[in-house]
Amino acid sequence: MQSSGNKFVGLWQKLFGDPIRAFGVVSVLFLISLAIAPAKNRFSEWGHYQKGYVRLIRGRGEAVTLQRHFQSGIQQIWLPDLGVVDRCTTCHVGQKEASLIDVSTQPFRRHPVIPHTSEQMGCVICHRGQGPATTVEEAHRSTLAWEQPILPARYIESSCGQCHRAPLTGTPQLNEGHRLLTRYGCVHCHTVKQPDGNSLKATDDPPSLSHIADKTTRQWVFAWLKDPQAYAASATMPNFKLSDNDARDISAFLIANSTPIPGDTASNSSPAQKAAPDPTAGASLYGESFCASCHAVQNAAGNVVGGDVGPELTRIGTKAKPEWLQAWIRNPRIYDPGTEMPHYRFTDQQAAVLTGFLQAKADPDLLANVHLDAATPEQIAHGRTLVTDYGCASCHEISGIKKPENFAPELTRIGSKPSSQLIFLPGMQHTLPDYIVNKIKQPRAFGSGLKMPQYSFNPAQIDALTTQLLSFTDRAQSVPNSLAVAATPASNYQPAGKAGQLMNDLACFSCHAINGRGGNMAPDLTWEGSSVQRKWLEDFLRNPNTLRPALIRRMPKFNLTNEEISTLSDYIMTVYQTPAFERDSMPESGYSSAQVEQGRQLFYSKYACQSCHIVDPKADKGYIGPTLTQVGARLNAAWIYHWMKNPQALRPGTGEPNRNMSDDDARGLTAFMMSQKGSGKQEAKK
Amino acid sequence: MTRQLAIRIGLVCLALACSGCNRKSGTAHLAPAPSKYGTAIVESSGGKQIAAAGTTLPQPVIVQVNDEQGNAVTGAAVQFGGPAGVVFDPQNGITDSSGQLSSNVSLGPQAGRYQISAATITKDKKVVEVKLEEIALGYQQILGRQLNDQYCSRCHDPESTPERVSNYDNLAVKPHPFTEGETLNKMSDEDLTAIIGHGGPALNKSPLMPPYGYTLSKTDIQALISYIRTVSDPPYRVPGIVYAQK
Repeated sequence: MQSSGNKFVGLWQKLFGDPIRAFGVVSVLFLISLAIAPAKNRFSEWGHYQKGYVRLIRGRGEAVTLQRHFQSGIQQIWLPDLGVVDRCTTCHVGQKEASLIDVSTQPFRRHPVIPHTSEQMGCVICHRGQGPATTVEEAHRSTLAWEQPILPARYIESSCGQCHRAPLTGTPQLNEGHRLLTRYGCVHCHTVKQPDGNSLKATDDPPSLSHIADKTTRQWVFAWLKDPQAYAASATMPNFKLSDNDARDISAFLIANSTPIPGDTASNSSPAQKAAPDPTAGASLYGESFCASCHAVQNAAGNVVGGDVGPELTRIGTKAKPEWLQAWIRNPRIYDPGTEMPHYRFTDQQAAVLTGFLQAKADPDLLANVHLDAATPEQIAHGRTLVTDYGCASCHEISGIKKPENFAPELTRIGSKPSSQLIFLPGMQHTLPDYIVNKIKQPRAFGSGLKMPQYSFNPAQIDALTTQLLSFTDRAQSVPNSLAVAATPASNYQPAGKAGQLMNDLACFSCHAINGRGGNMAPDLTWEGSSVQRKWLEDFLRNPNTLRPALIRRMPKFNLTNEEISTLSDYIMTVYQTPAFERDSMPESGYSSAQVEQGRQLFYSKYACQSCHIVDPKADKGYIGPTLTQVGARLNAAWIYHWMKNPQALRPGTGEPNRNMSDDDARGLTAFMMSQKGSGKQEAKK
Repeated sequence: MTRQLAIRIGLVCLALACSGCNRKSGTAHLAPAPSKYGTAIVESSGGKQIAAAGTTLPQPVIVQVNDEQGNAVTGAAVQFGGPAGVVFDPQNGITDSSGQLSSNVSLGPQAGRYQISAATITKDKKVVEVKLEEIALGYQQILGRQLNDQYCSRCHDPESTPERVSNYDNLAVKPHPFTEGETLNKMSDEDLTAIIGHGGPALNKSPLMPPYGYTLSKTDIQALISYIRTVSDPPYRVPGIVYAQK
């Protein structure tokens, strides 16, 4: 101990005994410590990648340009407004070089073409990860200090949704996720507040259960509760995995709680009801009424064919009581005033035929094993408790049960939830996307007593939903207004007066959109009054015919009275006018034969309209656009003229391109179109 | 003394347990043992699919193992493989009663073509494989595909479905389907831009092709061309890349 102490004193004396020597030694130590920083840089990970990049570009034809663009050292994109400090471009050096299209190795790959630049947005807003990090591990994976890993490419569209709140053409997965989130009722239970303060609204319309005993039996309710998809493969109601006893008690409560509505069941005494159901008549009425535009039926091959506006009808005969079904077909608004189903104005005879046809769509196996004893008061009371516990009233109206507020966790910022706050199942990757996927896939596996039901989504749908949920980030809430692209505002447009009532009764908005409200199955009618001639509109409402031969979804016949037709036509012709032009600015007739002939030439040679439209049914074949044999009796001349000038301005997104036509050509074509008044056959003879 | 012995025994036990664990987890990654062997492997379905980069293909990839007579072999081992980033679910397995194995395939994060393979071992330990090609779309191509669905496919895609009837057969001059690489690969990006923007007459072709330059933006047309290039068959090769020293 003593000797080593002496040694140390000796060494100290040797180095620092003499002031000049001490100065020399300190200088050397200082020099060494100064050299550490450059050496660290020289042997850093990013330095290694930058050297690799220089080697890569040296051998290429455009080496000089690439070398001029290249800057060594740490690169940084700093966007204070967005809170972005990204050093990713330190290693991802070639991401902006269009000529590196053939390079597939990272980190030198060229960034694919997107509508934004890295100078504008940085990198982590879309890709997540740690912007300021300068090592591969810290930038891409979650570490102890930083836990935001890179977002897998599978969910990249979620990043667009942070600022773009309206659907984008380039993000089909995100759009589908949004559709599923609102269509499958997720937002009935989970609140999703949007940055504008509004909550996301569901687009499905779960039926009221307050009068369910009028419509169906307790046995069916039991079978449905046990497995909704066993009744209808396309059912949007999820499976709550109820025990037999729980399903028994809930069905007991719902039936006991139901109150009848006068008039929603047809009396069995009318002779029409007794008429033997004629299967062929029923099938053809079902077809003529275009029920399949909204309702699907599973065919023999197991495919669900038809629309998804209304419920699937594959086993409707097992569900609906015949007397209720017949009354529903006669006028669905008695049972459900807000239904999307039109009031068809069927005769008693027709309603009976259709009821018979639908009653035959039954599956006795569904209820074969359902045996329920009469409900006891205890069961009914227990059923009420269960209905409250499972939050049934979040989606369905049930008389006597209040709609619960904030029944499930709010998802407004789910996309930024730190993984330290998540519970992972064994075998899962510890990332937020994996958590969301598994939570949708097997919600009840995350603990006992969880209430979230089991959905039957396919993997693509789960990915789409996850993409949408990942877009609900902290950043989405704090994006500056200058960058946010607002969602299309929801429209609650309601036409006025008698015509408005009639349009609600006929459920026009289930298929047609007007002023931003309504479906997209049929044409937008916002400017219909500028577009068509009144006589044609009246004839069409009386007996709708097909404008586009290639369509399978068509306007049904509603059996309207003359008075109703005239009310509707008056309203459409007066109110639904475009401000873009005067309806009467072009004459309906009186075009010279020279003008018509000029139009014909333009139609067939210069603009080759026959590729999509038919004027002469013998020669023309195109059937993408509407048939034009009677267009002169259907459309307004000024509408045709302005349509020729720019169809996209009158109906954005329509298939017909803008031809940038001269006024002269547009006038000629209008003359030719107006000459087509349904005499196509005679003209063909000439 | 006894304490040391106990520690030693403890250590040996621990080592044994560890090696046991290792072996177990090791076998889990290996392919299950085949009970039968085939001589050939063929694609049943799932090749040439299109999906967004990083996402799962719409249909699973199904391959079939056959013997010399061309009969399906049940119980043969199949191993899927592909470039980095491609994920198979499952990665390997045993053919079912119809001699087939199906796997859900997720493509890598980069847009472009992915060649994936499915391999089986024959009785004499030879590896036979079948190669399939799948296409991943990036942002630009996804946008292009949407525009194609909206404006182009009604005429350019000859396939008709009840939901979307094709107009191809009605046209006097037939349009080129976008997969027709033999014709379209010969056209430069400038030619395609001209014909999309100004219609067929721009290149002295049929006026049945209308101009879309007043309807689609420049970005839209570029996206469309990028999509056409991605789906073309045979694949499109970018012209004019110069390799100075290679």
